[in-house]
Amino acid sequence: MNFSRRALLKNGGLALMGFSALPAFLTRAVAASPSTSGKRKILVVLFQRGAADGLNIVVPYGDANYYSLRPSLAIPAPSAAGLGDAANAALDLDGFFGLHPAMESVLPLFQQKQMAIVHAAGSPDTTRSHFDAQDYMESGTPGVKSTRDGWLNRALFQLHDGNESAFRAVALGQSLPRTLQGKAPAVAVPDLRSFNVQGAPSAAGGFEAIYAQTVDKQLGESGRETFDAIGLLKQADPTKYQPENGAEYPNQGNGQGTRFGRALQQIAQLIKADVGLEVAFADAGGWDTHVNQGNTQGQLANLLREMAQSLAAFQKDMGDRMEDIVVVTMSEFGRTARENGNRGTDHGHANCMFVMGGGVQGGKVYGRWPGLAPEQLNEGRDLALTTDFRTVLSEVLVKHQKNDALVQIFPGFTAEPKKYLNLIKA
Amino acid sequence: MQIRLRALLTALLTVALVFPAFPQAQPQAKSKPQRKANPAPAQIAPAAPKTLDEIATAELTRDEAVMHLLNRLGYGPRPGDVERVTVMGIENYVNEQLNPAQIENSAMDAKLKHYATLARSSGELMREYPQPNQEAKRLGISPEEYKARMEAQRAQQQAQMRETAMTDPTQAQGMALNQMGPQRIVAELSLAKLTRAIYSEKQLEEQLTDFWFNHFNVFAAKGEDRYLLTNYENKTIRPRVLGHFRDLLGATAHDPAMLFYLDNFQSVDPKMGERNEAQMRRIAARMSPEQQQQLANRPKRGLNENYARELMELHTLGVDGGYTQKDVTEVARCFTGWTIKTPRQDPEFLFQPRQHDPEAKMVLGQKIDAGGERDGEEVLDMLARHPSTAHFISKKLAQRFVTDNPPPALVERMADTFLKTDGDLRQVMRTMIWSPEFWSKDTYRAKIKKPFELVASAARATDAQMELPLPLVQWTDRIGEPLYRCQPPTGYSDTADAWVNTGALLNRMNFALALTSNRLRGIKVDLNTVLGDPGQLSSAVKVFLNGQLSAETRKGIEKQLAASQEANQPVNVAGLVLGSPEFQRR
Repeated sequence: MNFSRRALLKNGGLALMGFSALPAFLTRAVAASPSTSGKRKILVVLFQRGAADGLNIVVPYGDANYYSLRPSLAIPAPSAAGLGDAANAALDLDGFFGLHPAMESVLPLFQQKQMAIVHAAGSPDTTRSHFDAQDYMESGTPGVKSTRDGWLNRALFQLHDGNESAFRAVALGQSLPRTLQGKAPAVAVPDLRSFNVQGAPSAAGGFEAIYAQTVDKQLGESGRETFDAIGLLKQADPTKYQPENGAEYPNQGNGQGTRFGRALQQIAQLIKADVGLEVAFADAGGWDTHVNQGNTQGQLANLLREMAQSLAAFQKDMGDRMEDIVVVTMSEFGRTARENGNRGTDHGHANCMFVMGGGVQGGKVYGRWPGLAPEQLNEGRDLALTTDFRTVLSEVLVKHQKNDALVQIFPGFTAEPKKYLNLIKA
Repeated sequence: MQIRLRALLTALLTVALVFPAFPQAQPQAKSKPQRKANPAPAQIAPAAPKTLDEIATAELTRDEAVMHLLNRLGYGPRPGDVERVTVMGIENYVNEQLNPAQIENSAMDAKLKHYATLARSSGELMREYPQPNQEAKRLGISPEEYKARMEAQRAQQQAQMRETAMTDPTQAQGMALNQMGPQRIVAELSLAKLTRAIYSEKQLEEQLTDFWFNHFNVFAAKGEDRYLLTNYENKTIRPRVLGHFRDLLGATAHDPAMLFYLDNFQSVDPKMGERNEAQMRRIAARMSPEQQQQLANRPKRGLNENYARELMELHTLGVDGGYTQKDVTEVARCFTGWTIKTPRQDPEFLFQPRQHDPEAKMVLGQKIDAGGERDGEEVLDMLARHPSTAHFISKKLAQRFVTDNPPPALVERMADTFLKTDGDLRQVMRTMIWSPEFWSKDTYRAKIKKPFELVASAARATDAQMELPLPLVQWTDRIGEPLYRCQPPTGYSDTADAWVNTGALLNRMNFALALTSNRLRGIKVDLNTVLGDPGQLSSAVKVFLNGQLSAETRKGIEKQLAASQEANQPVNVAGLVLGSPEFQRR
């Protein structure tokens, strides 16, 4: 049992909350059992909605075809940059791949082996529809539309013992994403600070009683989860949050956080508040760069800078806690290898994924590189796929979260351990 | 005589529309092809002619049916609406709503006068509310300097505004609108959308405008689209929501908002350059060397498939509607040259023959070689009349108006009407409303209100008085449906799973409390007038929920009332009822 949770039980909310009996959320939080290693393992999933251009994020500068396919969009190879001109060229990773210069804030993480990259990864389904591809990536069943729940929810459900905290699975945003929908409870939180009933105490009590007793299955369940969550969060006091180790989450210049920045900061808060978080999800749009996507500067560069600064701040803020955390990024598909007529790129196929954490064998770009020669391209136009995103996720689930119910989590897909990329330490 | 004729017509129409409700009759007809030619007389006879009021009250009580009607065709009842529709009759109300041109709506029209941008063309909006960067360029100053000037001006206005807000919040909000710059356009569209939902007598027209805008979604924050949406919603969509689908589809296809949002305005035949080489050389010969260099450096433009794909996946056939990647590319070729004339001044549709791919195309197994603008029109003809489209549209309408998982037989009948009437949306709606499924016990309160529906219906139920519903726009956003800001072309979901979750539910409760306790600036709720005896739970239940509250919810509220003196405040009673599970449903 964890100290702060015990303290919470002892001094905590009972009187404050005006409950006559021990509320469910407290018993749950207290009983929640840490995983076998002694500490709770946390998985953070970030989704880049709109299909991020993986070829300009992790640049295959060693592949000459890259430059002929992208006359106006290509990121120059590191060697092309003179001293002091690093901002206008890729940041070398391994002599073949380079990172987009706007992502310089995560380069140290890669170099310190806290971050791994998988290239030519993604969903094997050939759809070029954002809607379908996101749906497949979130359901974890490419090609099967009828799947009702998301893979992340099924993963939670498989390790579910009915005693988890209301904040076991959190989506930072207005609504619960497809991937967290399903049988295991999960909550969507747009902003931790305002997560409460704003009215007289009796209004809060009234709503709690109404939703506790309603026969409306759908709304009743959601309502009960809501009040569990409010109770837990009250103890964590999110209004007084200070990032540690000098971490600075990016902001938009007006003091407001950016999408990934705000989300990761609030995830950090929840982790430090020790409210039983196991899975967190956040997403950000804007990656659908059909027109004027820019190269070392511009639309895509701005998005990447925000994302990299957010990841770097999170890693710094978490400090030693990163040992128990893995962050995975994904996007529904990549973009055409060839630039289009509008200095942008269209819907493509394979993409790159980032995996970050203390348990990650970082400093390496994983996956087989399929090449960009005309005959090597998928349908003659996109980066071909060599790693199924489910192979990456399977390894993370098994090795990091000790969840081996892969048959249930990814039905119809077998990621044999020998196919693992070994990007997580055993 | 007139009445009898009318009753006869109604009966005939009802029979014709209700007839396919008996699915077992259909396979029979199919298995005996000789009967297919003339199946009507023998089968119509046994079906008793029914008025809509009879259909509506077969499973529901009259009160339930009226409540259901007001919640489904519109944004819920205002005080007095249930009584009014009961007297008028369900069928008469439905017929009135299906013919909105005849509905008198002057009270709402007066309210819309607050919004100066509504009556402006896209070009006028661009000139009156320029983007800061472009305006700076025009004035010949740096963007930073322009920003600083605007800030100074704003600070001054804000001081004045604060003062005004103390005495007249509505006037202060009007002042705020005046100094918003280009954001004003979408702000006023959102305000007008709520104003219409709350005050318009043409309730169905508003529901349908929301439905079809969402179906042909355009995201306001994509570049110039903020200037184009006012026209898109009011001129392109609203007048066509009860017309023929082909007309609506065509209007969206030509609209600069759509051409811009899904990039078709810059999709050109990749071979355009080669084709026009001789001409280009002639033009280039007359240019200065610098101009020639500029021309050479200009990026080569090409085919953009974005619109073609969403046209089939989201606007017509549906993702399983039977098209391939090859079809997407071919459709994109058909629409090359569909572009925008002067996109930054007076944007309007333009067909640019030079950019159009002149070769024949093959779409869904059919050859398209009409040439020029006709290629795109033929694709629209084909898609608008495709059985997959009839099915896809019918199912989506039934999902919005009937239930999240509509009965296949109902969808089939609607699709049938769609195909028989050349996509007459009024007739499709008629088939839906005249169906027993629409009025079944299972359908009653089966839909979860979308955030916008919840906010509008609460304002209607409480007879909230306001000029500018600014706080309602903000709450709609907070509960999860930022107006005009749905980024993907899918539009917002019409099913509950997207809207029911912890964060959103909490905001629904908080909205109910904020509204009933008059914490929303510029919006007044007078519970004494609306509820009569506002301290009494039963009066809130009667007015807001037509007297129907589950025993469990009632117990929950009563427990609170008994436990605390302060809870007896009418505010809390009303807030708890509006935040209850029952009021989240329609």
